[in-house]
Amino acid sequence: MPARKESRWGKWLVSGPPLLYLIVFFAMPALIMVLASFRTPGEFGGLAPLRDENGQLDLNLESYARFFGDALYAQIFLKSFWYALLTTLICLVLAYPLAALIAKSDRKHRDLLLLLVILPFWSNFLIRVYAWMIILGPNAALARSLNALLGVFGQEPVSLLFSSFAVLVCLVYVHLPFMVLPLYANLEKHDQALLDAAQDLGANAWQRFWRITFPLSLPGVYAGSALVFIPAFGIFAIPDILGGPNDSLIGNVIKQQFLETRDWPFGSVLSIVLTVCALAIAGLAAWVGRRGAGRLAA
Amino acid sequence: MRKRSRWLWVCALVAYAFLYLPLIIVVVYSFNDSRLNAEWVGFTLDWYRKLFANDEMLLAAGNSLFIALVASVVSTILGTMAGMAMHRYRLRLLPILVLTPIAIPEILMGVSLLIFFVMLNFTLGLVSVALAHISFCIGFVAIVVRARLSGMDETLVEAARDCGASPLQAFAHVTLPLIMPGVIAGALMAFTLSIDDFVITFFTAGAGTVTLPLQIYSMIKIAVTPEVNAVSTLLMLLTLLLIVIASKVSPSLLRSD
Repeated sequence: MPARKESRWGKWLVSGPPLLYLIVFFAMPALIMVLASFRTPGEFGGLAPLRDENGQLDLNLESYARFFGDALYAQIFLKSFWYALLTTLICLVLAYPLAALIAKSDRKHRDLLLLLVILPFWSNFLIRVYAWMIILGPNAALARSLNALLGVFGQEPVSLLFSSFAVLVCLVYVHLPFMVLPLYANLEKHDQALLDAAQDLGANAWQRFWRITFPLSLPGVYAGSALVFIPAFGIFAIPDILGGPNDSLIGNVIKQQFLETRDWPFGSVLSIVLTVCALAIAGLAAWVGRRGAGRLAA
Repeated sequence: MRKRSRWLWVCALVAYAFLYLPLIIVVVYSFNDSRLNAEWVGFTLDWYRKLFANDEMLLAAGNSLFIALVASVVSTILGTMAGMAMHRYRLRLLPILVLTPIAIPEILMGVSLLIFFVMLNFTLGLVSVALAHISFCIGFVAIVVRARLSGMDETLVEAARDCGASPLQAFAHVTLPLIMPGVIAGALMAFTLSIDDFVITFFTAGAGTVTLPLQIYSMIKIAVTPEVNAVSTLLMLLTLLLIVIASKVSPSLLRSD
């Protein structure tokens, strides 16, 4: 195929506009945020002028010092990490049988079963959070019957809403499809002959699962885990709406720094640390997944 | 073997119930003749009537539609270009810029755009929200379009070019009609993502501008009311309709393979 002359022009004509847009409205804001993390907070919120009254560049590490100097923020990061990790594990346990079932079913049902997993994901995020406000609300059947039961045993009534439990249930609910899809995509490719061979050699169902299906599905497990963990790590709306006073996660602190306290440099530091953590975890998942795939192929 | 698959079915049924019961409850209570959202009292359409008499809600709906229209049109054009560029050329920067907004937590894009707009003295409002939505929708459109292109027979374009078509003609008469289902599906996806977005809108809308998700947020922060159920039900219907259309024009979008 002869390379055509205009292809170099074409390359820039086609890739130029989206590239330019994303540089202006994605890369530049990100860089400005990095710069903002080194600046001084403004007297009335936002940012102080970049140059101080002597015309000197006012860049410093104070916000970073504050972050690393106060254990409170490390604790909040750790708490967000645990919530995200727990969400990922629960999603994995719930999603695995579902993905396995879809992968096993015949083609006709497969599309429908898969569609049923994706559909709730497309309904509005806030509606899905709101649904749990109703289900866990103090007047709803669930809370009333639970508290009646607790009453029988002489326990104090509990509130399901505005609790860590509510936050966790909703985190799992919102992120479950992200785990099912990559798991399904992996399980669907498994060769049934391997399982049959294992069975002929005397492996029981449990052994077949742990020694064949599960190791082979690890790339799907890693991909799904990254897709669940990262958004769950940075979430702010769910603890904001369903959580109690002790359920503030890193997303809530970032929101607070930008919209309430209006300390932008510090908010930027928190955002940057969150980004670095998220990307590191995504990178780790990709790396482990690739290594695992390489080892299995070898 | 059979025992195992029965066990799988039970697990799957539980998972599907977990996925759908909450949404069903929202819909059912939107027709419930009680303020409390706690038990079924009787059928009513009052909450829908209230909704359509609520000026704030109608304004928010209008804003959401406007933003979603602008964002989906622009992001479809740019996303199609990005998808084509990523399919045809070996690029370094573009794929990173296209895919990162999808991969990082939404709040990061929200706050960085907030700083960006405020530093440029750009008034926060409908325009800033639309600009923000475009930048996260481009990636989704690009992925769908690129997937469509990778299933396309490249020789068709070559043939058109050999027959003397200019690159633009080849694009307009060969490539575009072939990838059209992907483009339409991407546009509907962008529309849905935009009309549903809460987090990025929350940071880029400023104080005076309200969209449907922002309106829902401020309502549920105060109290649980069946009016929210009603607007949620309508919003879900709209999303469902868009997905049905998208799957009709581009069946592969929802296919398992």
